Amino acid sequence: MANLARVSRVRRPRPLGAAGDSHAPGGPGPRGRRRLASVAFLGLLALALAGCNYPTFGEARGASQQGQEISKLYSGMFITGLVVAVIVWGLIAWCVIRYRRRRVGDGIPKQFHEHIPLEITYTVIPLIIVIVIFVFTVITENKVDAVSPKPTVTVDVTAYQWGWIFTYEHDNGLTLHTKGAVTALPAKQGYTASVYPQLVLPEGKTTRIVLRSADVVHDFYVHAFDFDRYAQPGVTNVFDITPTQTGVFPAQCSEYCGLYHSEMLFSVRVIPYGQYVSWVAYYSHHLNVTPKHYPLTQE
Amino acid sequence: MKTEGTVLLFIAGFFALVAVIYWMWGGEQSGTAMLAGTALLGLLPGSYYFWWSRHMKPRPEDNPQARRADGAGVVGAFPSSSIWPFTLGVAAASVGLSLVFGFWTAIVGFVIAAMAVLGVIRESRRGGVV
Amino acid sequence: MTTLAARPEAIVGPPEEEHGPSGFLKWITSTDHKVIGKSYTITAFIFFLIAGCMAIVIRTQLASPDNHIVSQHVYNELFTMHGSVMMYLFAGPFAFGGLANFIVPLQIGAPDMAFPRLNAFSYWLYLGGGTIMLLGFVTTSGAADFGWVAYAPLSNSINTPGAGPDMWIIALVLTGFSAIFTGVNICATVFYLRAPGMTMFRMPIFTWNMLVTAILILIAFPVLTSALVMLWCDRHLGTHIFTVSGGGVPVLWQNLFWFFGHPEVYILALPYFGAVTDILAVFSRKPVFGYKGMVFATIAIASLSTSVWAHHMFTTGTVLLPFFSIMSYLIAVPTGIKFFNWIGTMWRGSITFNTPMLFAVGFLVVFLFGGVTGIFLASPPVDFAMHDTFFVVAHFHEVLFGTVVFGGFSALTYWYPKYTGRMLNETLGKISFWLMFIGFWVTFMPQYLLGEEGMPRRIAEYLPHGNWTVLNRISTAGAYLLFLSVFVMLINFVEAWRRPVPAGDNPWDAHTLEWATSSPPPHHNFYWIPPIRSERPVWDHNHPDHTTLPAPLAPEPALAATVATGDEGRDQ
Repeated sequence: MANLARVSRVRRPRPLGAAGDSHAPGGPGPRGRRRLASVAFLGLLALALAGCNYPTFGEARGASQQGQEISKLYSGMFITGLVVAVIVWGLIAWCVIRYRRRRVGDGIPKQFHEHIPLEITYTVIPLIIVIVIFVFTVITENKVDAVSPKPTVTVDVTAYQWGWIFTYEHDNGLTLHTKGAVTALPAKQGYTASVYPQLVLPEGKTTRIVLRSADVVHDFYVHAFDFDRYAQPGVTNVFDITPTQTGVFPAQCSEYCGLYHSEMLFSVRVIPYGQYVSWVAYYSHHLNVTPKHYPLTQE
Repeated sequence: MKTEGTVLLFIAGFFALVAVIYWMWGGEQSGTAMLAGTALLGLLPGSYYFWWSRHMKPRPEDNPQARRADGAGVVGAFPSSSIWPFTLGVAAASVGLSLVFGFWTAIVGFVIAAMAVLGVIRESRRGGVV
Repeated sequence: MTTLAARPEAIVGPPEEEHGPSGFLKWITSTDHKVIGKSYTITAFIFFLIAGCMAIVIRTQLASPDNHIVSQHVYNELFTMHGSVMMYLFAGPFAFGGLANFIVPLQIGAPDMAFPRLNAFSYWLYLGGGTIMLLGFVTTSGAADFGWVAYAPLSNSINTPGAGPDMWIIALVLTGFSAIFTGVNICATVFYLRAPGMTMFRMPIFTWNMLVTAILILIAFPVLTSALVMLWCDRHLGTHIFTVSGGGVPVLWQNLFWFFGHPEVYILALPYFGAVTDILAVFSRKPVFGYKGMVFATIAIASLSTSVWAHHMFTTGTVLLPFFSIMSYLIAVPTGIKFFNWIGTMWRGSITFNTPMLFAVGFLVVFLFGGVTGIFLASPPVDFAMHDTFFVVAHFHEVLFGTVVFGGFSALTYWYPKYTGRMLNETLGKISFWLMFIGFWVTFMPQYLLGEEGMPRRIAEYLPHGNWTVLNRISTAGAYLLFLSVFVMLINFVEAWRRPVPAGDNPWDAHTLEWATSSPPPHHNFYWIPPIRSERPVWDHNHPDHTTLPAPLAPEPALAATVATGDEGRDQ
């Protein structure tokens, strides 16, 4: 194999890294490492400034206290992730554009294969970023999962194939449930169609949900609250919702539970506390109400 | 052989540590059991390789300065062309299907499997086609 | 018939004549790792096409809110089987059956895998299992329809009776054993059959990754097989392992399944990471950057991945959230190391964009974003908002499709010349890459948005609100583009078959040992091997002025006469 043509490599002169090391292998070098560190810091700063308004791309900002905590955390992580992605995509794009083999006189590039300080840097910095994110995660998680000792309202939610039963644990156990097994989506009426139950909650007060399943694994998912929790046989899940905003919010089962999983819809209506009290007073005399558009005042 | 042993012992040590942390932190039984099992999976071959690497004659593939002539000679016996893997595969599928459709395919499967196992043994002993 | 394989010291005489069966019988009785590897590759690719067609039907159904292209029941079968076929029958076997079987012995200078008959048996188990799984479609109650994860108690005999689910379980037991045997084979081959001078830290990164994958297979698949056996017992023997009424614990299924399930996705990913590493180095004409860091990062990824299983269960309310959260976050660190090493491999290189390199860079771009969204999901509060929505669907398709399909096509187009001795067409390769790259983003970016808008997964129909309809339509259009890109790749294969362009030993001027032998390699692989002094023996041999060796290769003494490879026993 002695006939290798010697190829001289024509390249534009590049400033060496600050170290001027003859083994300079490329890579950012000390200046670049500082740049990397400052960008990482900016990312963390972004995480901390998570309260700013940024486009959510459809993600709910949280119609409940717990949801707002989640939304803040997500926005911080989203910005950090975006910064990381842009940096790494940028590096890839740089390689793809800058180091394309040119047609003339391009031989074999310098054969470097390691740079220990750089490798250590890009091990340690992601580790720090990840630990910081973890700290924020645990703080948010504790807030979201906190269950208050004295909730204003307690609702037993039982999920079954393929509907929901909501039982208000006071005032004679007012119960609202799905009207029979649904096998097709009523396109015109939507989530508040009379076949689906509607969970009524007071705004600004804490409702405890006690979630169970009658058969298979289901998932109580309310997009507006940025929240879902499994209903599993043999397990009782308890969590709090403290709505901060009135309105009617669509919701549905989001854990695949069999044939009519797509039809297991419900909705959540949040109303001011005064109206909620009258609503309860009125309906607690009407046990086992099949859902319909119940008015907020007596008829 | 030392590297191989080290990799497997690392797995043993890592999962033993994680199993302990998981259990102490309030983990549950199935997870701890699986993590501990994984630690054992690394411990068994890893400790053997590690021990063996200290007692074996050095192999050319572990020697960075080895010459190609060091590894010359017979590498091993490699069975070529055997009907028995296919046969055993058919038998396994047969037994599997019996769990779905009925016992009779299991009988067929076991008979074929027995033939295949005997065939493989005879093939290995004779070093030739059966 | 057993042959004794010998390592050559110099050029051996003319190739021994191959006696033995021919045609179909030759295929059935072959124990040659190259034949088995090709069989796995073709079979896995066929499963890929089948599952891809299912995906097209799924996307077509979801293009409109009120579609009735398929019934609810059939839709449920489709997404279950799409996931099952892709995960169990395509992605894994393509990597550890198709690529590893063929390439690993060649990369370490071995004449075959350590246990050739076991290797063949693995293939037939895989083919049998895969066929049984798909035959579920022709049973009266249809194929399995409980999702590829088969959560209990949905998967028990009360909620999902019928033969289809049982066949699914049996199929997975068979393919599970196939994978376990392959894992044993790969470990034994790498531990015992390396060529002289091929120390562990000189093996190509692909082989290192396959070794770690093999160990992961041995860790994960037995757990799946055990869980499936338990499920079968619940379904047929009246046990109550997963049902509350008998004192069982349904959540146990999820724990067992995901202890397999999470390492499984790394079993699917690591081989392609390894292939891309080798490919980036070849087409940048540089060595792998940070070789040892790559090895340690791979081992770290594998170890951590086995410790994070319950991040799929954050919303069950029964798992230790902070433990699984921190372990999941920690995986980002070795993955980041690998990413920066990949960039370092390209850095100041001399890059040509042949098809394998295009797909490799495509993998980098796609996988980065998928990895970042994985970090989002590793946070339990964020997971509460995103779990079981299309955000998760987009995330895992991004990482899996990015790794398995982009990485897999990269590996396939790179090693195709070695498998077949022919070259693929570059223009068709580039067309299929760009169609796939564009099609991929058009399909899955809207799904991230759908997840953020709250659309759950595994639903056959939905109510039109928000942007659900338009996003679904865009996603479906992207899926058709993806279908087209695969079609173009198929045309490429057909053209290469009909109009072969000979490849030669080393068309890519690549680095590793498989390129030292002919394309395709002869019986028992090597008539000659170069001296092995680094992780790039062929490069060192071809480019002695551009090695990373501390000193030039010392000439070796004159070689003795060869040892002929003989056959013991009777000829067939």
